[in-house]
Amino acid sequence: MVEVKNLVKRYGDTLAVDDVSFTAETGEILGFLGPNGAGKSTTMNIITGYISSSSGTVTIDGCEILDDPEGAKSKIGYLPEIPPLYIDMTVRKYLEFMFSLKRVTLPKREHIDEVCAVTKIKDVQNRIIKHLSKGYRQRVGLAQALLGNPPVIILDEPTVGLDPKQIIEMRNLIKGLGKKHTVILSSHVLSEVQAICDRVIIINRGKLVADSSTSSLSQNLSRSNDMTLRVVGAPTSVLSALRAVEGVYKVDKGQKTGDNCCEYHVYSEKDKDTSKAIFYAMAKNNTPIVMMRGNELSLEEAFLRVTKSEPHIADKTERGGKG
Amino acid sequence: MGAIIKREIGAYFSSPIAYVVIAVFFFFSGWYFRVMLENDSSSLTYLVIGPMFVIVLFVLPILTMRLLSEEKRQKTDQALLTAPVGIWRIVLGKFIAAEIIFLCCMAIFVPMTIVIAFFTAPTWGIIFCNIVGMILLGSSLIAIGVFISSLTESQVVAAVVGIAVGMLIYMLDTINSGIQIDFLKSIISSVSFMTRYTNFTSGMMNLADIVFYLSVTGLFLFFTTRVIDRKRWS
Repeated sequence: MVEVKNLVKRYGDTLAVDDVSFTAETGEILGFLGPNGAGKSTTMNIITGYISSSSGTVTIDGCEILDDPEGAKSKIGYLPEIPPLYIDMTVRKYLEFMFSLKRVTLPKREHIDEVCAVTKIKDVQNRIIKHLSKGYRQRVGLAQALLGNPPVIILDEPTVGLDPKQIIEMRNLIKGLGKKHTVILSSHVLSEVQAICDRVIIINRGKLVADSSTSSLSQNLSRSNDMTLRVVGAPTSVLSALRAVEGVYKVDKGQKTGDNCCEYHVYSEKDKDTSKAIFYAMAKNNTPIVMMRGNELSLEEAFLRVTKSEPHIADKTERGGKG
Repeated sequence: MGAIIKREIGAYFSSPIAYVVIAVFFFFSGWYFRVMLENDSSSLTYLVIGPMFVIVLFVLPILTMRLLSEEKRQKTDQALLTAPVGIWRIVLGKFIAAEIIFLCCMAIFVPMTIVIAFFTAPTWGIIFCNIVGMILLGSSLIAIGVFISSLTESQVVAAVVGIAVGMLIYMLDTINSGIQIDFLKSIISSVSFMTRYTNFTSGMMNLADIVFYLSVTGLFLFFTTRVIDRKRWS
């Protein structure tokens, strides 16, 4: 559906996007993960035809963005990082304008009603966009992207600036969209991409460093076997008991969190779930566990791991460009 | 393109811009009209439409200042440029919207003509010639204004530069009279907006003048599309 080949974007001497290639199939939710300034927005702006690439091609459903820009653009709904809203218009008027601008041929009133219902903005339809909160503006931006039911929907950091409840709503909304459309979304939050996307592309300093399914990425990236414990009892006895558990290869003592209570970071061997064994060991040792938490990798750690090129992650980067 | 024209006209009337521009235009044309009546004259064309040249020069940059600069500042150009609409349609839509507001300004000449028609038989040919002249002048200035607006993100900068260009156009003939070199003199006089406009107000419709104004309009609209397109490549 979306095919990106050897995309390069130069700004003077700096390479914003460096030889990025990937494809997104119909009905797939593709996550674009990378720290701020990695080239995510630039890539998305090139795919949607807002800016041009220095070299490389983007093909949307058979339409090349440079050869047939209008054909390609009519197949894309785009929500940029800052929603492109005319803040002096009412939501309804704005959507009507975007509807005509995109030359959508569906029945106007019904279609706008439908899009408003999907994005839950029916109750603010007649309000002026200027007076709307960030969450609502984001939803109006999304509604605009959905107009005309384009086969490809591109969302640039759709959850930034939303409160936790809105983030969950937005994620569910996007998941729902993935059933009918090809969705490409960018984020700098690893857990978010894991929660929504089928496949993840990691991009760093303009380069594609990983391209894999979310599940395999999660297995490789989230060391669910590493955990943090909070245990009541004498540290020496706790430490020796923990080290005695099979599969545990390293235990660090963390900060003190109260009287006779301390945090411990436990590292286990790969593919070994030591949590139950630890529970029994602590019970036997008469040092109760008051908290147990699996450690998630931060995005930075994830990058370090990916860029260390573990073979099972890096294999796909061969075709995706330099890892 | 229709969508853009409709939205721009809506935006003009939901902000004070359209009202202020039309009011200023009405005020000055009304003033000149009064002066004309006091002079016991019925030369609508020579005494009203003629002096409006200056007002048009200074008022149109206000009309065009926000057309493209505001899109960039609010990032709404992303919606326009990622929609399946060619750049020239966007530019043309903006141009036509400003042109329509300008025509609303010019509507004041209708009641003026009717008033004169009560007292004397208007020379329709000359009036028609004047109206055509003003529309052509307005079009070329709007095109220049749209172009200036595409160069900056600030409405104020666009307005100031637009008015400065207007002043330059106004002073062109004065500057030219001080120039001694014949070659330069002939070039400047051939691009004089005022001389060509005066031809219209005195009832002469020359093909050369029409072509001049239309070329300026076309050229600056073309430049605007190039500016927008170039930004995508840089």
